[in-house]
Amino acid sequence: MTTDELQIKAIEYRKKLLYYIKHAGAGHTGGSLSCVDIISTLYNKVLNVGPDNFKDPLRDRYIQSKGHSVEALYVVLADCGFFPETDLDTLSRYGSDYVGHPTRKVNGIEQNTGALGHGLSVSVGMALAAKLDRQDYKVFTLLGDGELTEGSNWEAALSASHYHLDNLTTIVDYNGLQITGTTSEVCKTDPLDAKFIAFGWSVEHVDGHDFEEMVKIFNGTPFRKGQPSVIIAHTIKGKGVSFMEGEKKWHHSVPNDGLYREAMLELDKKMELIR
Amino acid sequence: MTREYPIGKANLEVFSDTLQGLAGNDRDIIVVTSDSRGSGKLIPFGELFPDQIIEIGIAEQNLVGVSAGLASAGKKVFAVSPACFLTARALEQIKNDIAYSDHPVKLIGISAGVSYGALGSTHHSLHDYAALRAINNLTVLAPADNFETRQSIELAREMDSPLYIRFGKKPMPHLHGENTEFVIGKGIRVKDGDDLAIIATGECVFPALLAAENLEKGHGMKIRVISMHTVKPLDRDILAEAATACRGIITVEEHSVHGGLGEACAAYLLQNGYAKPFRIIGIPNEYTVSGSQTEIFNHYGITGEGIAETALNLINIL
Repeated sequence: MTTDELQIKAIEYRKKLLYYIKHAGAGHTGGSLSCVDIISTLYNKVLNVGPDNFKDPLRDRYIQSKGHSVEALYVVLADCGFFPETDLDTLSRYGSDYVGHPTRKVNGIEQNTGALGHGLSVSVGMALAAKLDRQDYKVFTLLGDGELTEGSNWEAALSASHYHLDNLTTIVDYNGLQITGTTSEVCKTDPLDAKFIAFGWSVEHVDGHDFEEMVKIFNGTPFRKGQPSVIIAHTIKGKGVSFMEGEKKWHHSVPNDGLYREAMLELDKKMELIR
Repeated sequence: MTREYPIGKANLEVFSDTLQGLAGNDRDIIVVTSDSRGSGKLIPFGELFPDQIIEIGIAEQNLVGVSAGLASAGKKVFAVSPACFLTARALEQIKNDIAYSDHPVKLIGISAGVSYGALGSTHHSLHDYAALRAINNLTVLAPADNFETRQSIELAREMDSPLYIRFGKKPMPHLHGENTEFVIGKGIRVKDGDDLAIIATGECVFPALLAAENLEKGHGMKIRVISMHTVKPLDRDILAEAATACRGIITVEEHSVHGGLGEACAAYLLQNGYAKPFRIIGIPNEYTVSGSQTEIFNHYGITGEGIAETALNLINIL
C-alpha cells in the first residue's frame, strides 16, 4: 500500500469512526482521531497479522493499552477484513460485542483493555513468551501519554529492559491532552524520552500523522539489539477535524447534527484535494 | 473414636513439590514470581528449571499482567505471590487481564489468611474470597491438606479457565483416605453425621474435625464435616444435602466473616428455602489481634474447642 493510499484511508477511517460514534451516540472522538493513523500504519504496513493468520501462534501482536480509542481500532480491523463493517452498526448497543473498549469477543483483538496501565505488562508477557519459544514475532503496544501516570506502566518498562525484549515496541500517542487538560497541567510526565532511556529503552520520535516517516520508523525496530523500543508519536488530539483539534472537550464528546455535517464536509473536501 | 491425623508438610511445600514433579515433562509450565521464590519454596524449582521461572521483582501488578500475556501465548502460568499482595495490589489486573480477558492463569496466593501472623494486617489476606468471588470467570480454591493441595495443582495445570488457589505455610495434618475423590467444585464429606454440619475451607477443616470429635465424645452428637475446598463455584448439592439432613449449619473460614464462604453458603441456603440455624465463624470486622496464626485462631474461636462451643450455643437455640 502506497503512502497516497494510506492518506486516502486516513480520511476514510476518520469519516467512518465519526459516523459510528455519531450513530452510537458515544465514543472517544478526540483520541481516536489522534491515534488512527498509527493503527492504520501498523495494520496496513507493519504487522504480520490479518484475518487469515489471527490464530497462528507466530503472528505479530498489537495491544491497545489506551483502550478507550477503540473506535479507531474497530474501523481499521473492519477494513482489514477481521469482521464485516456493518457489525459496527451495533456499536455500544444492548447485547453487542462491540463495546466502548476492546474485548476478545471481537475478531482481531488480542486483549481486553480499557482500564489504563494494563497493556504494557500483558505485552511484556507476550514478548517474553516469544523469547522463551525462540520465535521472532513482534509485539506492539499503543499507550496514551495521559496513561503514563499509571505506575504499572513503569513496572512493565523495567521488566521489558530487564529481559532485553527487543521484540517489543511501545508507541506513545503523544497528543499532550487528557480529559482534564494538558498532560503537563495534570501531571507532568515529560521528558518522556529521558525517562524511557533511563529505564533501558531505546527511543525514537515520529510525526504520528506522517505515514512515510511512521512506516520507516515502525519497521526499523528494534532500534538497538537487546533493548525494547519506544516510539513517541507526536499527534494532535482530534486530528483532521479543525474544530476538534487540540480541544480537550472532544475527548469523549459526540458532535451534534450540525457539527457532524461540518466535520464530514471538511473531510470530504480534504479527500477531493488529495484525489 | 478419635481418628489419628498424622502431620504432613506445609501445603506450600506440597505445591512446590507437585509443580517440580510436573514441570520436567511439561515445558509449557512457567512459574512467575515477585521476589517470592524463597517464600514460595521455589528455589529448588528455579535451580532445576531455570528456563521455566520468571522473576518480576516486587511488582504484583506487573506479575499478573505479564502472566496474562504469557498465558495468551499458550504457557501454563503459575503466578506466585503472597496472597495479601496478589489479591489486593493486583486486583484490577486479576479482574481485567486474567478473568475478563479469559486467560487461564493459575494465581497462587501463598501464606494466605493469617499465616504471616505477627507480621500484621498488611500481610493478612482476609479479603481475598470476598474480592475474587465477585469477579466473573474465576474459580477460588483453598485446599485443606497435602492431598487437596496436590490435586488442586495437578488439575489446575490442565484447566482452561482462570483460578486462584491459596494456602498457608504451616504443616498440615492428613485428612483424607487413599481413595478420596477430588473434583474442583465438589466439596468432600470428611465425616458423617446428621445433628449438625460444619462446613469449613482451607486450614479451618482440621479444627472443624476436632470440634466434631469433641462434640461426639462430650455430647454424643453426630457431626457432618465438609471440606469445601472450592469456595467458588460453591457445591450446591453438598450444601442442600447437609441442610436437608442436619439441624443446623456452621461455616468456618480463615477470612473475614464478610463476603467469604459463610455468606456464600447463607445466600444459597436462604434463597433455596433452607431456613436452618446458621453461624459463620471467621475473623470479625475489627483490627485483627496480633499473634501467630495459631494464637489468632485461638483468639477468634477457630479451634476444636471454640467451634464446639459455637455449635453447642447453636444447638441450644434449636
